[in-house]
Amino acid sequence: MSPAPLLEVRELTVEFPTRRGILRALDQVSFAIAPGEVLGVVGESGAGKSLTGAAIIGLLQPPGRIAGGAVLLEGTRIDDLPAEALRRIRGRRIGAIFQDPLTTLNPLMTIGRQLVETIRTHLDLSAAAARARAVSWLEEVGIPAAARRIDAYPHEFSGGQRQRVVIALALCAEPQLIIADEPTTALDVSIQAQIIALLKRLAREHTTAVMLITHDMGVIAETADRVAVMYAGRIAEIGPVAEVIRAPAHPYTAGLMASIPALDRRVARLAQIEGTMPRLDAIPAGCAFHPRCPRGFDRCRQARPELMDAGATAAACWLHAHAPSAAHA
Amino acid sequence: MSGLAAPRPGSWRDSDLWYSFTHSPIAIGSAVVSLIFLLGAGLAPWIAPHDPFDIATLSLLDSFRHPFAGWTYPLGTDEQGRDMLSAIMYGARLSLVVGAASVLFAVGVGVGLGLVAGYAGGWVDGLLMRAADVQLTFPAILMALLVDGVVGALVPRDRHSEIQIYVIVFAIGIARWPQFARTVRGSTLVERGKDYVAAAQVIGIGRAKILFSHILPNVLGPVLVIGTLTLGLAILDEATLSFLGVGLPPTQPSLGTLIRIGDDFLFSGQWWVTVFPGLALLALVLAINLLGDWLRDALNPRLR
Amino acid sequence: MLVFILSRLLQAIPVLLAVGVIAFSMFRYVGDPVSGMLGQDYTDAQRTALIHRLGLDQPAYVQFGHYVWAALHGNFGYSYRIAEPVATLFATRLPATLELSITASVLSVVVGIPLGVYAGIWRRSWLSRTFMLTSLIGVSLPTFLIGILLILVFSVELGWLPSFGRGHVIQLGWWSTGFLTLSGLRALILPAITLGLFQLTLIMRLVRAEMLEVLRADYIKFARARGLRSRTIHFGHALKNTLVPVITVIGLQLGGVIAYSLVTETVFQWPGMGLLFIQSVAAADIPVMSAYLMLVGVVFVIINLVVDLLYYVVDPRLRIGRRA
Repeated sequence: MSPAPLLEVRELTVEFPTRRGILRALDQVSFAIAPGEVLGVVGESGAGKSLTGAAIIGLLQPPGRIAGGAVLLEGTRIDDLPAEALRRIRGRRIGAIFQDPLTTLNPLMTIGRQLVETIRTHLDLSAAAARARAVSWLEEVGIPAAARRIDAYPHEFSGGQRQRVVIALALCAEPQLIIADEPTTALDVSIQAQIIALLKRLAREHTTAVMLITHDMGVIAETADRVAVMYAGRIAEIGPVAEVIRAPAHPYTAGLMASIPALDRRVARLAQIEGTMPRLDAIPAGCAFHPRCPRGFDRCRQARPELMDAGATAAACWLHAHAPSAAHA
Repeated sequence: MSGLAAPRPGSWRDSDLWYSFTHSPIAIGSAVVSLIFLLGAGLAPWIAPHDPFDIATLSLLDSFRHPFAGWTYPLGTDEQGRDMLSAIMYGARLSLVVGAASVLFAVGVGVGLGLVAGYAGGWVDGLLMRAADVQLTFPAILMALLVDGVVGALVPRDRHSEIQIYVIVFAIGIARWPQFARTVRGSTLVERGKDYVAAAQVIGIGRAKILFSHILPNVLGPVLVIGTLTLGLAILDEATLSFLGVGLPPTQPSLGTLIRIGDDFLFSGQWWVTVFPGLALLALVLAINLLGDWLRDALNPRLR
Repeated sequence: MLVFILSRLLQAIPVLLAVGVIAFSMFRYVGDPVSGMLGQDYTDAQRTALIHRLGLDQPAYVQFGHYVWAALHGNFGYSYRIAEPVATLFATRLPATLELSITASVLSVVVGIPLGVYAGIWRRSWLSRTFMLTSLIGVSLPTFLIGILLILVFSVELGWLPSFGRGHVIQLGWWSTGFLTLSGLRALILPAITLGLFQLTLIMRLVRAEMLEVLRADYIKFARARGLRSRTIHFGHALKNTLVPVITVIGLQLGGVIAYSLVTETVFQWPGMGLLFIQSVAAADIPVMSAYLMLVGVVFVIINLVVDLLYYVVDPRLRIGRRA
C-alpha cells in the first residue's frame, strides 16, 4: 500500500459477554483502505462483516464491545474517542448505508428535512443553502423532479429510489469513507445493478472510499478494487478482486468460488463446502476453517494462521507458510 | 475460548428462563411475597389466629383495639372486635380465589374464541374480532359493573348472596376475555401458516385435534404473560366492585369489602381498619405485577 | 379525507346500534317497571290498561324505535329510585363529572408524558428507576385506595383539603362550575389526583416503552450513523415517532378516566354521573342504568372516532391509499 491508508484496522477484536461466557465475534481483524478505494468485505451470514462496520463507527450494540486492537482514521485513533468526538466523525468523515431503505428512513419526516438536518449538523450553512444543496444531492442520485420531491415522505418513493435517498443522506456531508452494509440485498435484482452503478460513480466522482459489505460475490466482482473474505470473525483472505476470484489462495475462498453456479456449464449437483460455519461459542482451535477444509493437516489444528503472503493475495492459511513475509495489509 | 459451559440438553435448570429468574432479585422477591400470600390465604382456615366469622368468639369489648399493641391482635381489631390479621387472611383468600377464577374463565373463553377465530378465518374471524374490538373500547370495570347490575336485576334479591361470587367471577371474566382472544388469534394465524400444520392436515388429522394438540401449545407463551398481569387486574376489579358495594356480600368479605367497611372509621381515627387491608391488597397486586413484568421481559425474544 | 371520515362513521353505526339494543333490552325486559308503578294491589285489567298506555304491548322493534326516538329528544324515562326524569338528573350531574375528568386527564398527560420521555431516554438514571418503581406501585393500587390514602393524609391528618363534595359551585346557565371558586378548586384537587394517578402511571409506562422501542429502530441507528446530535435524535426523531401511537392510546384511555370516575366519585362523594350510576346499580334502577349505558356508548364511539381522525392527521402514511 503505497499511499497512506485512509482507514486502518489493526487487530480489532470484538467481544460479547453473555451468560454462557464471552463470545468473540471478531478476532484480531486487520486491514486497511486507501483513499478512494473500494474494499469489498464478503462472507457468510454471521461471519462478522456487519460487526466490523459497526465497530469502526462506534455503533456496536451493547453488550458488544471492542476488546482489543485499534481503528485509525488518517493515522489518528478513533476507537477510543469520547462520544461527542466520535459523533462528529460519523456522517462527516465516515458515512454509512444500511440494508433496508424502508426502515432506515424516518417514516414521519420528509426526506428534505432529514437531508437538511444532516447537512446543517456537519456543515455551517444557512437553511436555504442547505436546502439547495439537498436538492442538488437528490438530483445527483437520480431522483427526478428533485425540487418538488424533496418535501415528500419516504413511503411515497419506490424501494430503489429510497435507497438512492439513503445514499444521498450518507454522502451529503462529504465523508471520506462510506461503509455500505448490504446496500442492495433488500432490492429487486434489476434495481441492484443501478444502485451499485450509482454508488460506484459517486464514489469515484467525490473520491470517497467505500467499504462494501455483502454476501453477494457478483456485486464485489463488479464494484470492488480489493476484497476481504471473512470467516468466523476472522479474515481468511484479502487481495485484489481479480486475483482472489481467479486464483483463490485460501481453501475457503476456493470453495466459495466453486459453489457459484456458472452460466456456461451444466452440472449435476452444485458444489458446496461441507459442514457449516461454527457457532461463536464453538470456534475450533487453530485455524477456524480446518474441520471443513479438504486440504487441512496437523498444523492447522494446532496453531492459528495469521494472514501471510500467498502470491498476489494474502491468506490466513498454513499452506502458504513457506513465504517468510509477514501479514499483508 | 475462555469459560464456556457446555449446556446440558433438556434440563430446565439450564433454560434462559430459570437463569433470568435466579438472577433477578425482583423476580425472586415478588415470587416469595406471592407465595406468602398464597399460603397465608390458602391455609387461612387452619392457620389464622382467630376466626373472624365466628360470632360466638367476638366480643364488642375487643372492638377497635390498636395495632402493634400485643400478639393477640397484632394488627388491631375492627368495630365488631374481629382480628384484622385473620380478616385480612380470609379476605386475601377470597380476593385470590375470585381473581384466579375470573382469569381462568377469561382465559378459557378468550383462548377458545381466539383459536377458532384464527383458525377459521373469514367471517367468523371478522365477527369475533369486531366484537372483541368493540368491547375493548369499553373499560373492563364498566363491563363488569354492567353485567353485575343486569344479573342483579334479573335474580330475585334473596338469592343474591349465595350466587354473588359466581356472578362476580362471570362479570370480570366476561370483561377481560378480549385481550386473550386477540393475542391468541394473532398467534394462531401465524401458526396456521406454518408447515407443521399443513403436514398434519395432509396426514388427515382432524381440525379440533390440530387446534388443541398442535397449535395451542405454541400460542400459550403470551397467554401466560397476559394471564399473570390480568390476575392483578382481576383482583383489583373485584376489590373495586366490592368497594362500590356491588361485589361480594358482607358475609364473605374480600379485601375490597374490608377497605370499604373501614372507610367509615377513617375520620374517627381508627385508620388501621382500612389501611391494613389496603396495604395487603397493594402488596399482593404489586407482587403479581412484578412477576408478570419480569415474565414478559424474560419471554420476550427481542430483548435477549 | 372525506372518505376516511365517512367510512369511520359508517363503522360506528353498528356499534351504536348494538349499544342501543343492549340498553333498550335492559330498559324494557329487565325487571318489571309495570309492577313497580302499580303498587301492591291491582287487577289484571288495570295491568293490561297500563301496559297498553305505556305502549308495552307493541312489537319489540316498534318499542325500540320509540326508545331511540325518545332518547334522541333527550327523553330517557324516569328513574325508579328518584322520581325525576333521567335526563334532568344527568344534566345536573354532568358538569361535575366532566370537570373532574378533564382536570384529571390534563394532569395525567401533562405530567405523564415528560416523565415517560425522561425515563425512556435516560433509562438507567436513578431518577428513572424511581419513576418506574413508583409507577409500578401506582398501577398496583386500586383507584379507591389511592383516594382513601390521600384523604387519610390530607384531610384527616393534615386537614388541608376537603374530603367530600365539590365545594362552592357557581351556576352558569345549566352548567355548574367549581373552577371559579377557591373552595371549588380545593375540593377538586384530591379527586383529580386520585382519578389521574392511574392514567398518569399508565401513560408514563407507555411513553417509556414506546420510546425504548423507537430508539431501537433502524432509522435511529441511521440517524446516529449520520452523526446527528443526541438532542436532535431524541426530540426530533424519536419523540415524534413515540407520540403517534401514544396519542391514540391516550385517547382510548379517556374511556378509562370516565369509567374510574365512578370509583373516585364514590370515594369523595362527588355529585357526578358516576355516583348516580353506582347508586342506580345498587338499587336496580334500570332506566338510569340503561340511559347511562347509552350515553357512555355514544361518548366512547365519539372518542374512538376522534382518535382515528387524529391518527390520520398525524401519520402521513395513512393519507395515501388505504391501510390494510
